[in-house]
Amino acid sequence: MDHGKNDEILHDHNHDGIDRRGFLKCMAWAGTGALCLIQGGVLQSYSLSRLPELKEKDARAELSFVQISDSHMGFNKAANTDVVGTFKAAIDKINALPSPPAFMLHTGDVSHLSRPEEFDTVQQMLKSASAKDVFYVPGEHDVIDDDGQQFRERFGKGSQGAGWYSFDKKGVRFIGLVNVMNLKAGGLGNLGREQLEWLEKDVKHLSKSTPIVVFAHIPLWTIYPDWGWGTEDSAQALSYLKHFGSVTVLNGHIHQIMQKVEGNITFHTAASTAFPQPKPGAAPSPGPMKVPAEQLRGLLGITNVNYRRGRHGLAVVDSSLG
Amino acid sequence: MKKLLLAALVSIVVAGAAPILLPRVDGALADNAVTEIKIDNFSFTPANATVPVGSQVRWVNRDDIPHTVASDDGLFKSKALDTDDQFTYSFTKPGTYRYFCSLHPKMTGTIVVK
Repeated sequence: MDHGKNDEILHDHNHDGIDRRGFLKCMAWAGTGALCLIQGGVLQSYSLSRLPELKEKDARAELSFVQISDSHMGFNKAANTDVVGTFKAAIDKINALPSPPAFMLHTGDVSHLSRPEEFDTVQQMLKSASAKDVFYVPGEHDVIDDDGQQFRERFGKGSQGAGWYSFDKKGVRFIGLVNVMNLKAGGLGNLGREQLEWLEKDVKHLSKSTPIVVFAHIPLWTIYPDWGWGTEDSAQALSYLKHFGSVTVLNGHIHQIMQKVEGNITFHTAASTAFPQPKPGAAPSPGPMKVPAEQLRGLLGITNVNYRRGRHGLAVVDSSLG
Repeated sequence: MKKLLLAALVSIVVAGAAPILLPRVDGALADNAVTEIKIDNFSFTPANATVPVGSQVRWVNRDDIPHTVASDDGLFKSKALDTDDQFTYSFTKPGTYRYFCSLHPKMTGTIVVK
């Protein structure tokens, strides 16, 4: 596909720097690899094939990290009988990034069935990644049968409550949330009162210019409630973040790339490293999507996020494994 | 199996036990006593089932993804059921029992025990 040279924003009716047509183009490319930069409030999109055209200083970041998601170690059904192989390909992709990431976020469903050997495999394999630190939040597959106790023991040292925590890197506040516990019949993902109170306190005293990155397994925006692709009380959580200049929300769970910008908040979901899931409503259920073998790796991937001080937002780049 | 079953029945009759409702001895006994609910495409089928008091309900997962069977009030909860795993529960009291998948809570069902 030729993305052409007309990637600049042509119209900006709302004077918010985001042209709808340009933004949709950027979204459409996300699946094949695109770089979306918000520079000085202006959203720019480049296909990955045009990356060399970016001036080096524009592409250089003060902080670069990687999001991986939904490794589902232990899954062995028709949609991907080699999740170890695709996870290895994801690590190779990370190790091939032009600037090594400072750390990684894993946004859950590390394992398929919460089995110790599944967690072990992921932890062992990630030792060969160029970034050593990994920050995890659980998916619903990681808290099976034990309310997440094993997950917290492995990955949640020093975390609060069901496993939520925050930390600072280069002036960016990272907040890991847990929305896969105590799910109620008929409901969506759930943060719960205790976690919301903690979040409110955690960000209260931060300067409004502090860039915020929130990461959690289930999307914190409602994508498709019929399939449970949303979080019951996410609006409450986001209300604590509305005064900040730059908020980036990174999720997994839906095994496909989606992005939305709403005011100061950029929402982004990552591809899985294990198997794709159908577009919302495009199949009878959200179960693993079987695709021809040669297409599989094109639908799996990693996400690289770059931050430069003074820039309006963070640049989110998705790369497929294919 | 048939022989064993008959032998058991005969021995009870011989022992002069209370009146027995004789089951069909063609192997259908187990099928009559258990109601099966299929888990497929992220749903329970049938989603609403009515069963007699004292009967068993068996859920069988036919999806490529694990699910659980958990009653809303915590009365029963299965372990995670991987593909083809099953969970059986005996309902001994009349009532309406709502349940869901604790991993995918949009999946809900009801058992009415009469």
